[in-house]
Amino acid sequence: MWRVRRASRLIWPSVVAFGVVLGVWWLLSATGAVPARDLPSPATVWHKLAHRTSTGKFPDEALHSLIRLAFGMAVAAVIGTVVGVAMAASRPFQRSVGSLVVGLQAMPPIAWLPLAALWFGFNEKAVVFVTILGAFPAIALATAAAVRQVSPLLVRAGRTLGAHGWELYRHVVVPAAVPGYVQGLRQGWVFAWRSLLAAEIIIQGGIGLGHALTKAGGHLDVASVLALMIVVFLIGIVIDTAFAALDRRVRAKRGLTALVPAQEAAA
Amino acid sequence: MRPGGIASLGPAPEPHAVRPKLTLRGVSKSFVSARGDRRAALEDISFEVAAGELVCLLGPTGSGKSTILNLLAGLERPDRGEVLIDGRPIKEPGPDRAMLFQDPALFPWMSLRGNVEFALRMVKVPPDERGDRAEAWLAKVHLARFADAQPHELSAGMRQRAALARALACHPEVLLADEPFGALDAQTRELLQTEVTQAWAETGTTLVFVTHNVREAALLADRVLLMSAPPGTLLEEYRIWVPRPRALDDTLLSRTVTDIHDELQREVDKVVARETGEPADLA
Repeated sequence: MWRVRRASRLIWPSVVAFGVVLGVWWLLSATGAVPARDLPSPATVWHKLAHRTSTGKFPDEALHSLIRLAFGMAVAAVIGTVVGVAMAASRPFQRSVGSLVVGLQAMPPIAWLPLAALWFGFNEKAVVFVTILGAFPAIALATAAAVRQVSPLLVRAGRTLGAHGWELYRHVVVPAAVPGYVQGLRQGWVFAWRSLLAAEIIIQGGIGLGHALTKAGGHLDVASVLALMIVVFLIGIVIDTAFAALDRRVRAKRGLTALVPAQEAAA
Repeated sequence: MRPGGIASLGPAPEPHAVRPKLTLRGVSKSFVSARGDRRAALEDISFEVAAGELVCLLGPTGSGKSTILNLLAGLERPDRGEVLIDGRPIKEPGPDRAMLFQDPALFPWMSLRGNVEFALRMVKVPPDERGDRAEAWLAKVHLARFADAQPHELSAGMRQRAALARALACHPEVLLADEPFGALDAQTRELLQTEVTQAWAETGTTLVFVTHNVREAALLADRVLLMSAPPGTLLEEYRIWVPRPRALDDTLLSRTVTDIHDELQREVDKVVARETGEPADLA
């Protein structure tokens, strides 16, 4: 009971926020301030969402996009981790490759799409390529920072206990860097998701949320566009919540919960 | 085991009677600051520590006490001179020389048990023995009940006791303690002093203990080495014959404390004078 009360206390601010947005939306369409052609009512969009979900169309499109996201994110995580650790471990590597990664990070990933399309064609491969390029620089930079910020005291403690070389890395440096690394992954996935959607919106012909968005827009099907945007939005919330939970667990174990608001940590 | 165990808690043997455990011979060390100026931390330091001896290094801030420990730990290399263990040069850290820091430096992602098991793993204790042995060490510092707690769940004193268990678990020949109780309150400090002395007596390890607290040095040490204002040199050596357990109100001990204190105060005054730019006698 106590837990339920606490959980509801944490959730109601977001419920109110959603409610306000819905209310404004409903007012705008119900009063006719915005014509239904431009902004269908929440009910219309809800019906579209429910219908397209029950026919399996949305789940299928979401699944295709999520598989691309998972694959792109996995590859980006591997590249980002290796590059990030190398950047932290070697100064020459940091100066050379590191500067390239910083440049890539500042570059909008979608700028790679024309090149990717020339290399791979207007297909899924180009989309995933852009996703990987979108996510890995953020992960690499966060990994490098996380490894560099490992407390020198813990490293000294590990060394005086006899750990050196690879052992020191595996047992001390890597676990000490985990909180920063998880934050890097959390940032990385957001970049991956944004790049993926952008690429899907531009490249046509496949199955996916971005493709469906463009198609619905082309058909002037505003209700479907809004329904799809809601799906994209909700997926974002769900995945980010998962990363936030992981982040919190990692921090709580290490006694770093001071960085999370007290009431949230207790929940 | 120290021959005779706890019974021989009196003064340690003369360091020259047997081959010394630790030797510093003509050691100098300087550091380059971020601004690029070179600052001498140690200048021509020589001393020996006998096996099983408890030596306290005492001195004002910047006298290079911690540098000596880092050299003995193998975390630093001397610019000149030799740092030896059993007559062999110390080149890198090793589990034969455990270290206690002012911060317990426990690994925050591991339970206390995990921390001690890590030390055991580093000295190649087989996995199926680690659990029991870790628990035995934690029991020795009265933390058996907290074996599964994470370090951040404990008080500062408990953490430092866990660090002691972790340091001792690899059966070090030498324990290097760098102001390990500097951040603790007086009561906790007293408790830990007792525990460290007991552990030292039971295990027979050689203990080099850095402190800036004269009473702590007098309570613990067989021998107190007093270091000068920077650059650190050895100023004076006090052998403390008072049998353990010691009490600060012991006449002989309190006289020693006063002696050491006066000498240390002169060095501290020098440091203060240098920092404030005023002559030492005004400080």
